Amino acid sequence: MNLTLYVWRQKGPNDKGKLEKYEAKDVSPDSSFLEMLDEVNEDLIKKGIDPIAFDHDCREGICGMCSQVINGIAHGPDDEITVCQLHMRRFKDGDSVFVEPWRSKAFPIVKDLVVDRNALDRIMQAYGYVSCHTGGCPSGGSTHNGGVPDSNATVIPKPDADAAMDAAACIGCGACVAACPNASAMLFTSAKVSQLALLPQGRVEAARRVRAMVEAMDGEGFGNCTNHYECEAACPKGISVSFIARMNRELLKALPKEA
Amino acid sequence: MILDGKCPTGPIEKSWDKHRFDMKLVNPANKRKFKVLVVGTGLAGGAAAASLGELGYNVEAFCYQDSPRRAHSIAAQGGINAAKNYPNDGDSVWRLFYDTVKGGDFRAREADVYRLAQVSNNIIDQCVAQGVPFARDYAGYLDNRSFGGAQVSRTFYARGQTGQQLLLGAYSALCRQIRAGSVKMFARREMLDLVVVDGEAKGITCRNLVTGEIESYWGDAVILATGGYVNVFYLSTNAMGCSVTAAWKAAKKGAFFANPCFTQIHPTCIPQHGEHQSKLTLMSESLRNDGRCWVPKKKEDTGKAPGDIPEEDRDYYLERKYPSFGNLAPRDIASRAAKEQCDDGRGVGPGGRGVYLDFADSIERVGEDTIRARYGNLFQMYEKITDEDAYKRPMRIYPAPHYSMGGLWVDYNCMSNVPGLFVLGEANFSVHGANRLGASALMQGLADGYFVIPYTISDYLARITPGKITTDHPEFKKSAQDVEAQSNKLLSINGKKTPAELHRQLGRVMWENVGMARSKESLNKALQEIPKIRDEFWNNVKVTGENGDFNQQLENAGRLADFLEFAEILTKDALHREESCGGHFRVEHQTEDGEAMRDDENFAYAAAWEFKGVGKEPELHKEPLKFENVQLAVRSYK
Repeated sequence: MNLTLYVWRQKGPNDKGKLEKYEAKDVSPDSSFLEMLDEVNEDLIKKGIDPIAFDHDCREGICGMCSQVINGIAHGPDDEITVCQLHMRRFKDGDSVFVEPWRSKAFPIVKDLVVDRNALDRIMQAYGYVSCHTGGCPSGGSTHNGGVPDSNATVIPKPDADAAMDAAACIGCGACVAACPNASAMLFTSAKVSQLALLPQGRVEAARRVRAMVEAMDGEGFGNCTNHYECEAACPKGISVSFIARMNRELLKALPKEA
Repeated sequence: MILDGKCPTGPIEKSWDKHRFDMKLVNPANKRKFKVLVVGTGLAGGAAAASLGELGYNVEAFCYQDSPRRAHSIAAQGGINAAKNYPNDGDSVWRLFYDTVKGGDFRAREADVYRLAQVSNNIIDQCVAQGVPFARDYAGYLDNRSFGGAQVSRTFYARGQTGQQLLLGAYSALCRQIRAGSVKMFARREMLDLVVVDGEAKGITCRNLVTGEIESYWGDAVILATGGYVNVFYLSTNAMGCSVTAAWKAAKKGAFFANPCFTQIHPTCIPQHGEHQSKLTLMSESLRNDGRCWVPKKKEDTGKAPGDIPEEDRDYYLERKYPSFGNLAPRDIASRAAKEQCDDGRGVGPGGRGVYLDFADSIERVGEDTIRARYGNLFQMYEKITDEDAYKRPMRIYPAPHYSMGGLWVDYNCMSNVPGLFVLGEANFSVHGANRLGASALMQGLADGYFVIPYTISDYLARITPGKITTDHPEFKKSAQDVEAQSNKLLSINGKKTPAELHRQLGRVMWENVGMARSKESLNKALQEIPKIRDEFWNNVKVTGENGDFNQQLENAGRLADFLEFAEILTKDALHREESCGGHFRVEHQTEDGEAMRDDENFAYAAAWEFKGVGKEPELHKEPLKFENVQLAVRSYK
């Protein structure tokens, strides 16, 4: 099939970008969206035109690197997938397709469709962890485990472990931010806050964690949540907005402790 | 040269403890005087950077992605092994050790494997403490499942996203150290050279992938944890950015490359659909717990819908050939068996390159909901790619290059033959042998990063003066100039073929001649073809854009340039190894019923190659492998 693409081209963070029109010819319906772009790029290279820069890596929907707004929707028209999992059979011959980068003040454009998502890393660095010791644990003996107990010493109810895993499935792609009218990173942040708050290991630092992560999130310039639910709709891993509610409860519980 | 793996002597159960005691320590107050560079921040690199940072060293960590959370370890699905024996089915450190040595077809170093089995239990404890949400039963205890090559349930998992959860655990530990200031993270950097001063590794040269700037970094030691090289086959299950570049640059600076021909072909991938496909997608091996592999018995049935083929006309070939392991036969055995069926004309799907993985019996036995709970995300992924519902119709699978069991040669301390250069995880060769079993890659990455390197690096650092060589040493300037010159050369060729086209060309040669079955003839053919493609590359590649810019084509071209040199050494290694073992199958060396035939008398060694220049014969160094604890035996899974 043949498609007309309108792709956002922008040389660098300070340049003014614009949509450029390209033709994608003889596209196989079995190709992924990124494979289609690869072919368009091959064509551009041969014509001596700078190919379209876009982020991608694992191409199996787990690394969270690919990031394109396709026809106005983060990761494109299908539910619960990343761009690399979007297949061309989803489109029709003769379609026009608009391809743009994530849009958010906190995600400056690097080039074309590539944006800088390090703000999400900085939220993680604020407290997206349990402060347990790593490494150097003596081996062999059951009594000396570098300060951590045997993993079955703490039982965790299956519903809690499952709910923690539901939250932990976040791939940090930033689609939630791109989809939100406020460019809020609350779904991302709440997923990590909830995962660790649901587990006894993470419970101890829950109050400090939620405060630090929310503060970092606000500091990066992400907007607030006003219940549009666009984040959940765009999330390739189906992370539920109920985790935002959980984060808000955690924050309310944590605030009085500050006094 | 006969290489010494520096294995501790004495009973193997005590060797790691004894070795840890014998190694030199760096006093806590002195640790902050040392700077360690960690290249690659997946399971091994992320865990190492976090652990060393926590111990008090100054760590600088590098990755080519925009964030360490994207390392390809994230894509591992099935699980991680440990010898906890929670299911009470007779597992032990010794049994995990035994299975792994045997699964590696007796081409791994015993002492390294024993240590791996030993620390495996700590890994689980550590990860649980970090908040990794492993699967649990209703009593709240950890759940296990089984994996290929084992008859016990020792695999811990987090749905079908175990690699992701373990990586995010390591990443969170890394984040903590970045926050604490002990680790400085440099993302979107690609290591393009190793700086060696007076024979010791003292730094790296990187390209800043955003600005194109060439940057120099000094360190008292360099750790490479840069993953594997199977993208040399073009189509593989690896991420697009996975390359041999960092390891190969180290090899060009004197580090030996061991057993490059040991590449693992994974049996459970979604078959290729067309010419322009960019990668293959792996379905977790754990699927073989509940899925049964079969093909039609009759060639004429291959075009039929699977539901129209009656039970008696189906060949459950793994259960038939390997009754005791059945569908859970190890990866090389299952891969080769699948290829055999397809070569026999009984493959299904496009081009006849596929076999069925059927869940109908399991769904009938435990119900669709249970299967959905176990593998739901994999079924979803399969549907997105193939447009088929695997709850209703069997999946189609085919083998694909998946994991590098060869890698830079290291001793028991994970140090290469270049002092100060340490290599961890998939990037080294140490515990893999010829056919690494499932659920052991995650185990090795974390073992090396969390539990081995924090000890062994101190033994090296305690013997040197910190900060003696920094970036003002002339070697750094020379290295930066070389890197810059190569980029400029690539940009100036302005030929007609794109890097992707040439990579596909290389991939075809590699898969057809150096793939699942190799012969002297095919290997020699590859050795004729590879230099031709390399010549064409250097004369006819077209790389657009500029050096001082974000330039993904330049990145691709640089990686391909290294694959084109490395492919030759891989092929030479396969040609020299006149035996079949694990994933390395030489058609000249097989039993009457087509099983791999090892030659322990002549090939029980790690083959470590010293690079001597492009187009020149590399020099072979051998490290003899001694098997004192597991008796050398024919691997049988019947």
